[in-house]
Amino acid sequence: MIATRSVSGSSQSPRSPSSQPYLSVSVTDPVKLGNGVQAYISYRVITKTNLPEYQGPEKIVIRRYSDFVWLHDRLFEKYKGIFIPPLPEKSAVEKFRFSAEFIEMRRQALDIFVNRIALHHELQQSEDLRTFLQADEETMERLRSQETGIFKKKPTDFMQIFKDVQSKVSDVVLGKEKPVEESNPEYEKLKHYIFELENHLAEAQKHAYRLVKRHRELGQSLSDFGKAVKLLGACEGNSLGKAFSELGTKSETLSVKLQKEAHQLLMNFEEPLKDYVRAVQSIKATIAERANAFRRQCELAETTKLKEINLNKLTLMRSDKVGEAEIEYQELKVESEEATRMFEMIVRLMNEEIVRFQEQKTLDMGIAFHEFAKGQARLANGIANAWRSLIPKLEACSSS
Amino acid sequence: MMGSENEGFEEAHLYASKEEMENLVLDNPLNDSNSYSNYRSAMSSAISDTSHPLAPSILVTPADSDPILSPPPYRDHLYHNSPTESSYIEPPPFGDNVGDVNGVENHSLNLDNFGRFSRSASWSTSSSSDSEYVKITVSNPQKEQEASNSIVPGGGNYVTYLITTRTNVPEFGGVEFSVRRRFRDVVTLSDRLAESYRGLFIPPRPDKSVVESQVMHKQEFVELRRVALEKYLRRLVAHPVIKRSDELKVFLQVQGKLPLATTTDVASRMLDGAVKLPKQLLGDSSVVVAPHEVVQPAKGGRDLLRLFKELKQSVANDWGGSRPLVVEEDKEFLEKKEKINDLEQQLSNVSKQAESLVKAQQDMGDTMGELGLAFIKLTKFENEEAMFNSQRARAHDMKGFATAAVKASRFYRELNAQTVEHLDTIHEYLGLMLVVHSAFSDRSSALLTVQTLLSELSSLESRAEKLEATSSKVFGAGKSRNRKMEDLKETIRATEDAKNIAIREYQRIKENNRSELERLDKEREADLLNMLKGFVHNQVGYMEKIANVWTKVVEETSCYAKENS
Repeated sequence: MIATRSVSGSSQSPRSPSSQPYLSVSVTDPVKLGNGVQAYISYRVITKTNLPEYQGPEKIVIRRYSDFVWLHDRLFEKYKGIFIPPLPEKSAVEKFRFSAEFIEMRRQALDIFVNRIALHHELQQSEDLRTFLQADEETMERLRSQETGIFKKKPTDFMQIFKDVQSKVSDVVLGKEKPVEESNPEYEKLKHYIFELENHLAEAQKHAYRLVKRHRELGQSLSDFGKAVKLLGACEGNSLGKAFSELGTKSETLSVKLQKEAHQLLMNFEEPLKDYVRAVQSIKATIAERANAFRRQCELAETTKLKEINLNKLTLMRSDKVGEAEIEYQELKVESEEATRMFEMIVRLMNEEIVRFQEQKTLDMGIAFHEFAKGQARLANGIANAWRSLIPKLEACSSS
Repeated sequence: MMGSENEGFEEAHLYASKEEMENLVLDNPLNDSNSYSNYRSAMSSAISDTSHPLAPSILVTPADSDPILSPPPYRDHLYHNSPTESSYIEPPPFGDNVGDVNGVENHSLNLDNFGRFSRSASWSTSSSSDSEYVKITVSNPQKEQEASNSIVPGGGNYVTYLITTRTNVPEFGGVEFSVRRRFRDVVTLSDRLAESYRGLFIPPRPDKSVVESQVMHKQEFVELRRVALEKYLRRLVAHPVIKRSDELKVFLQVQGKLPLATTTDVASRMLDGAVKLPKQLLGDSSVVVAPHEVVQPAKGGRDLLRLFKELKQSVANDWGGSRPLVVEEDKEFLEKKEKINDLEQQLSNVSKQAESLVKAQQDMGDTMGELGLAFIKLTKFENEEAMFNSQRARAHDMKGFATAAVKASRFYRELNAQTVEHLDTIHEYLGLMLVVHSAFSDRSSALLTVQTLLSELSSLESRAEKLEATSSKVFGAGKSRNRKMEDLKETIRATEDAKNIAIREYQRIKENNRSELERLDKEREADLLNMLKGFVHNQVGYMEKIANVWTKVVEETSCYAKENS
């Protein structure tokens, strides 16, 4: 639970919870439901709040992964310009889907997801969030299955958007002018930064994951080594045999420490790194939205202009189509202004979000580094202490 | 602002070479648990090949550019006569030192008072407690040409090595001397020793390895061989009996051609034997084993008849109804043999797991390094692209983290290189098991010779009895009978002599086996204990280093400590 981490960096004054508005959520108790292919995991979502919009100080509901996806997609549609907190991936390999580790990683990620929304000054006011946190299961199911293609972005759509955003050379379609893109050097810099950042982070995350594996492998080999050494000790007998036997036992103890550390590393370092990557991908989605909004604004502006020219022409000709054209023109004008407003809002929001994002990530990574270092120091000291305790025994052997 | 950016990039540059190091894939010599000799030869190439990832990094990065590194004294100690230097076991001291790595190591390890079977550190150590020593160095390989009698075109090129001995042992009659020898001479020496010292655990000579010499670069191969030769000769002088042998003295001292009987190949020996056989069967040539041949096993010799007889005996032993007249009775020996077999199995098992352990440790170090490098790149990136202070702060944190990871990575790798050296003791003793088996088979083949001669004697004697009995009946056959009787008596006498020699030889070999087993037990205990100490001290030292590196990062990032953790 991350109830206390502040969003803007300013610390909250330590007042009693009842006077300060708060909204904290926890995602707990993963339970496997259903059978066979239909099986899934459900989570308990506990909301504690004193906000008036909510139905009471505490509410517990049962949710599944696709409910979280619903919430995410709704927010993405409604709050363009804001970096929606990322979701953990849809599950990969079938047999891994119900492993304890995967379930725990997902639970943690979902918990972080909801809390980030709850802590975001805009997103926390969302009605969809309230629905998600409070509606009963049947309502939730109904809403979930209502999700149509309008809200669901198909993967191919995303690909196309990214391609457009990334490519410097635009397609020339039917001899038309090139599709418009913002010519904002600072924004270009930002886009370049985001795309490069994803590559770097992905690489770091890959190595982090491997490091987890290495810990497990070292643990396993220490265990095997310990067993073999103990057998050798049994064969040798006398004081040397005892020494081997103690070494073997220590080795097996250390193996356990390594497995523990592997798990810590996974949850406290590798996952945050993965989360960082997802956050960057979420930004890319917002970049795509901004591009869409820009294009729409430009298209509408142009269309409106053409309509205006046409209207003037008709007016001069005293055509009887003038009335119609006037209405059309006005409607288009409103739409165009709306599109411009939308685009400008996205730009403004993105600027705020980027600052928030950078600060948040510095905090997140700081914590991750801290936990990593703590774990490694603890592990190394544990190993040193274990082996050190053997030294007097070994010395005793040689003097006998 | 981050003035320290440049520092990070220098380190990144230093460690760029690490990327190269990481690209040198270690060819999995650690995989095949049965051919530990592959592992050992790979390891010795690792030690001599300075660009190998497992080589202590001092060989790759110059020491003065990195205050953290200092030359690990370990490799020097391999060949130094310094039994009191405790740093054999201790990890290398570091510039940024953390003083007492382990308070324990300084009342060191005065263990090297007897010659070691295997630990290369003590090869040059004397085998008695008075300070006599024999130090051997093999160096200066040179190509030489065979005298032009060679039929093979372009053939006749071979390499000689300069073998330098420094000693204060009076029997050598000199303090320092050198000879040039080629590999063939070493084979000769090894064969002569095997003949003279049956029953002893004679260190095995380096392989002939014809294939390797074709596959590798000449230079690499010659270097490998030089190292192997040096190791072999040092082991020989560490052996309490062999070091006094004439064969070895001659090998080390006599200039020019090696005055030892050269080994002829199996084929020509068999050929000689085949020539002799008809004569033996026709009674023209001696059918009794000559005394000087009795002391050698039948197999591999020129006397085919003797070979057949012993073969017959061994089949009779295995399948025949009656027990041979002399059998291996020594219960203690049989128990020992059992134990040796068990030991071999356990050693092999430990050896396999040790290889996995070493690989896992290496992987840990490599991956830690890669993680560090990835973050160094990220640091650089964030600094270049920074638009906000939060980014610069993050870049600063990342750099601290990345530097620590790269340091830890190097420590893991160094720890591993030394772990490999320590655990190599297991492999050495595994190699020794072969030698032990060979000494045991000296014993059993000597026993077989005795058994064969005893059966022969008993059958000759019954023939003599029969001849004695029948003679009176046949008229006029007296003269030929007498002559036959005489011949038979002569044969019996000769066989009796041979039998006695064979029995003496067998007893001698038995005693060799016994004393060597005793020596093996004592030295193995000491060597293995030494290995454990080395391994443990190493782990302690390096883990402390690693812990310190990360503790520093914990302190530097303490502002991020979770409130609820």
